[in-house]
Amino acid sequence: MFDLMLKIALLGVSLSMIGFLYRLIKGPSVPDRVIALDAMGINLIAIVALASIVMDTSAYLEAILLLGILSFIGTVAFAKFLEKGEIIENDRNR
Amino acid sequence: MTAIVETLSALFLLMGVFLFLVSAFGIIRLPDVYTRNHAASKSSTLGIMFILIGTLLYFYYKHSHFDFRVVLAIIFIFMTSPVAGHLIMRSAYHSGVKMWDRSVQDDLKKTR
Repeated sequence: MFDLMLKIALLGVSLSMIGFLYRLIKGPSVPDRVIALDAMGINLIAIVALASIVMDTSAYLEAILLLGILSFIGTVAFAKFLEKGEIIENDRNR
Repeated sequence: MTAIVETLSALFLLMGVFLFLVSAFGIIRLPDVYTRNHAASKSSTLGIMFILIGTLLYFYYKHSHFDFRVVLAIIFIFMTSPVAGHLIMRSAYHSGVKMWDRSVQDDLKKTR
């Protein structure tokens, strides 16, 4: 019973990944693509969690934290690039 | 007791996956970038929290191992994901992405 539910869950997560991929390819503006990529990062965290249940090991749970942090840093850097034109500003240029 | 926790864990996993599917449906279906962000950031956040709670319960009943990394991940994602959504929408507004042409109100127009 639990195995069947796990397979349904993996299938659903993969389907939603396809949906985000559609918006990532087609999205008319750049922020569309960025939010699709951010949601894909969160989706990947879900896949790692489900895979660690399938393989019955807790060795992959650092990858969850790591993916969360990397996804957040990437989104913040891209938002700053879109708004200001550069990511790390040089103080002397003000 | 174990069967109850197992069913609860599977229920949490399925609820999280349902919220992910809602998020993907919204991000395909909604008309402009602001409404799409509304769908993507909120329901993805709640979905990943449900899935991580399911994982936590699974490792708790299967190995009697309460894993604090998962708790940390839940707290971290709950704090950072809405902030990331806010920042990217702010930069979208300031870089001039158009709203839906049938939207009626733009309260930020004065400060632009």
